[in-house]
Amino acid sequence: MTITLSIFIPFLAAIFIPLIYQRIKSRHIGWFVIIVPIALFVFLASYIPSIANGSTYIHTIRWVESVGIHFTTYLDGLSLIFGLLITGVGSLVILYSIYYLSERESLGRFYVYLLLFMGAMLGVVLSDNLMVLYVFWELTSISSFLLIAFWYHRKKSRYGAQKSMLITVSGGIAMLAGFIMLQSMTGSFSVREIVATIGQYTDEPLFIFAMLLVLLGAFTKSAQFPFHIWLPDAMEAPTPVSAYLHSATMVKAGIYLVARFTPIFGGETVWLYAVSGVGVFTLLLGSLNAVKQTDLKALLAYSTISQLGLVMSLFGLGSVALQQGYSTDSVIYTQATFAALFHLVNHSTFKGALFMVIGIVDHELGTRDIRRLGGLMAFMPVTFTIALIGSFSMAGLPPFNGFLSKEMFFEALLNARNLEVFTTNSIGTLVLVAAWIASVFTFVYSMIIVFQTFFGEFHQERVEKPINEASKGMLIAPSILATLVIVIFFFPNVVGNYLLRPAMIAIYPTFAGAERLTPHIKAWHGFNPALWMTIGVVVLGTILYRFMRYWRGIYTIAPLKWNLDTAFNAGLTWLENGSHFLTRLYMKGYLKDYLVYIFVFFIIAVGGSILFTGSYSFDFSDDSSIAINEFLIVLAMAGAGLAMIFVKSRMTAIILNGVLGYSIALLFVVFRAPDLALTQTIVETVTTALFLLCFYFLPEWKKERSGKKTKIFNGIIAISAGIVVTVLGLAVQGNKMFESISVYFEDSYRLAGGKNIVNTILGDFRAFDTMLEVVVLFIAGIGVFTLIKLKSKKEEQDIEDQ
Amino acid sequence: METLITVLVGLLVTVAVYLLLSRNLIRVILGSAVLSHAAHLLLMTMGSGLKKGSAPLLGENAASYVDALPQALILTAIVISFAVTAFLLVLAYRTYKKTGTDDLYALRGFDDE
Repeated sequence: MTITLSIFIPFLAAIFIPLIYQRIKSRHIGWFVIIVPIALFVFLASYIPSIANGSTYIHTIRWVESVGIHFTTYLDGLSLIFGLLITGVGSLVILYSIYYLSERESLGRFYVYLLLFMGAMLGVVLSDNLMVLYVFWELTSISSFLLIAFWYHRKKSRYGAQKSMLITVSGGIAMLAGFIMLQSMTGSFSVREIVATIGQYTDEPLFIFAMLLVLLGAFTKSAQFPFHIWLPDAMEAPTPVSAYLHSATMVKAGIYLVARFTPIFGGETVWLYAVSGVGVFTLLLGSLNAVKQTDLKALLAYSTISQLGLVMSLFGLGSVALQQGYSTDSVIYTQATFAALFHLVNHSTFKGALFMVIGIVDHELGTRDIRRLGGLMAFMPVTFTIALIGSFSMAGLPPFNGFLSKEMFFEALLNARNLEVFTTNSIGTLVLVAAWIASVFTFVYSMIIVFQTFFGEFHQERVEKPINEASKGMLIAPSILATLVIVIFFFPNVVGNYLLRPAMIAIYPTFAGAERLTPHIKAWHGFNPALWMTIGVVVLGTILYRFMRYWRGIYTIAPLKWNLDTAFNAGLTWLENGSHFLTRLYMKGYLKDYLVYIFVFFIIAVGGSILFTGSYSFDFSDDSSIAINEFLIVLAMAGAGLAMIFVKSRMTAIILNGVLGYSIALLFVVFRAPDLALTQTIVETVTTALFLLCFYFLPEWKKERSGKKTKIFNGIIAISAGIVVTVLGLAVQGNKMFESISVYFEDSYRLAGGKNIVNTILGDFRAFDTMLEVVVLFIAGIGVFTLIKLKSKKEEQDIEDQ
Repeated sequence: METLITVLVGLLVTVAVYLLLSRNLIRVILGSAVLSHAAHLLLMTMGSGLKKGSAPLLGENAASYVDALPQALILTAIVISFAVTAFLLVLAYRTYKKTGTDDLYALRGFDDE
């Protein structure tokens, strides 16, 4: 129950923040906000011991029984890791933002968005029901959009926000389709139930489609190739947001989804190829692109893409264990997943710290362009230390946690080389080589962050502000993360046993008893191939870094120069132009054209279906007789109607309209409708008066200047419409399919206490209709009044006054 | 009688549609007025026979009454169409005051919204 509540606490807090912000319009608002993630972190952390002992917590609020949508929260090892990351990094980011953001910013709005995101993200990782998960998933996209566009006066912010929204939401919709397919196969929206029963459904034709669609959602969210292009543009967000959403949490939602769905789809080879293939390619592409960036934040963005690719590929490799089924041999492949989870946690610590450091540099110096920076070490020693720890951990050097997970990554790849699913050994080797090259470039850009920013000469004239060490407050959050980077290196098995093992059981429910599911993490394991690979990375990486200016030129040659952004922008422009063109094709701005569409559609649809179904049989036998006076009235109306088309003067036209109206009143008398006759007479009188009143202000009719062709065209449409209506009317009269309900109302005296049946229908049986009719009349009255009375500012320029 | 009225309705619809397709604002409004006349008459013919029975007033103590349901519907329709006509007329008046024209071709919107 309390777990369910923990999703809603951030949302509730978000409601109250604007109220508090009205009273406290300063940065101290952040101190109220930070209570929420800290409390939630402590709350979730209290579950660590029991979850580590193998318990899971589930709570269901029954919701939509008929379609099986329930608000079910499920806390197991996997959700717990993510929950702790969300609240833990969230607390640090808010602490950091208190010092980072200026008081001139609309802080209330900022924290509302941030809390919204936190709640949505907790919803994603704690929901068991796919539909609920989807809603929270899209909510994270929306809050990310709002946060990227926080400085909405900047064009680039708006562009980045729109781009991320378009890409992640389209992926989300694909994922929704995948979820619905899963439900149609298994009959359940609950992840746990699907995991339990999926074995029976793997042969369904929809299974592979569902998998690919779900993966599309995961890849767009986690910025995997070719959807990675939104992440660098999302860096327009304030740095705390980048650290939180676009590095530590939201982009890991895709990873979470992959991990969560591994027990469902992991048994398929397609899953291995898709997840690992895309992962390794993204890893390589991200690291290659990161090296050429000159903006530190863009560099970190590409490095995040690359690291997410690494984690993704590990999850793919880990699924091999599921394909081979439970055996003592296959457990070895689960180590890839273990490494993935471990690196996930490590990445959040060192990348979060690095983002905050870059934020500090930007905040203190007003620039984050590495070409203008250098020599900051002497002035910002604390910042430098944190940057050093973060970067070296990212590069995979000891004694930092990145070293441990990087080694495990290499080991998993070495194991994977012997896989049978990689039909020839060469694919496994190719993956290994690609990953190794990517690691070399990871080493290079990690060195760029440290050496080009903090070493070398400092040039005050190249930066915007005088150099100072950042305030203590701003340094607290990154220092905590940097400390964690080192602590995890020395005590990795605490994390392994308490956090990662329960998560492993969640991903491999069938392997629950296996002893080697949680390997003992060792910093030193002899000179094995993985260590040699790391040494190779360091050696080659150092050489490449030293001689970078000689080979930088490769980025100007073809495949490396290509940029998917161009394709994305072109596609967007093409879409806009295309829809604009289509709209312009029929939205011409002439009332006449629109009316033509309506009438032509009416003629084709109604007339066509009359012809098609052959329902134009008439039956005149039941007709009433025609008296001579009635015939004369009809004749007068026909004459008046026809004459209206040809009259030259508007006065004649309105008189003819009057003839029509009063003739109808006469017909109503003939048809035994006294109320109608009275109403029609009054209304006709008032309408004619209104027309005459308006004529006073309007110009005399000009002769219709339309060409002969237009007139004939209009005539054809008009005549066709008339014929269709007549045929329809006659067909309906001759063929009554149902008994009339009118007899019911003849009992009006008993039912409604009125002897005038028409009146009782209006005032009693259908009183609501009459009331709404009065409302319509009232609205029209207001409209008339405002149009006449409302004076615009340019009134003096009006035609009337000239 | 029903057939005659239905043919009249068809004729009035023809007139109304022709007027609606015109480019003069007032003719369009007149067209909508004529169209509602036609609709009222059409509704009338949809009842269970015209002139069959006396007016739907129980006080008459007649053997049978004409169909009251279309009458109730038409009564509502008359009032609504009056409201619409009045509103359109004022709209035309206002449009002319603002733009100086009652030609719908000249009133065409700008190219970009």
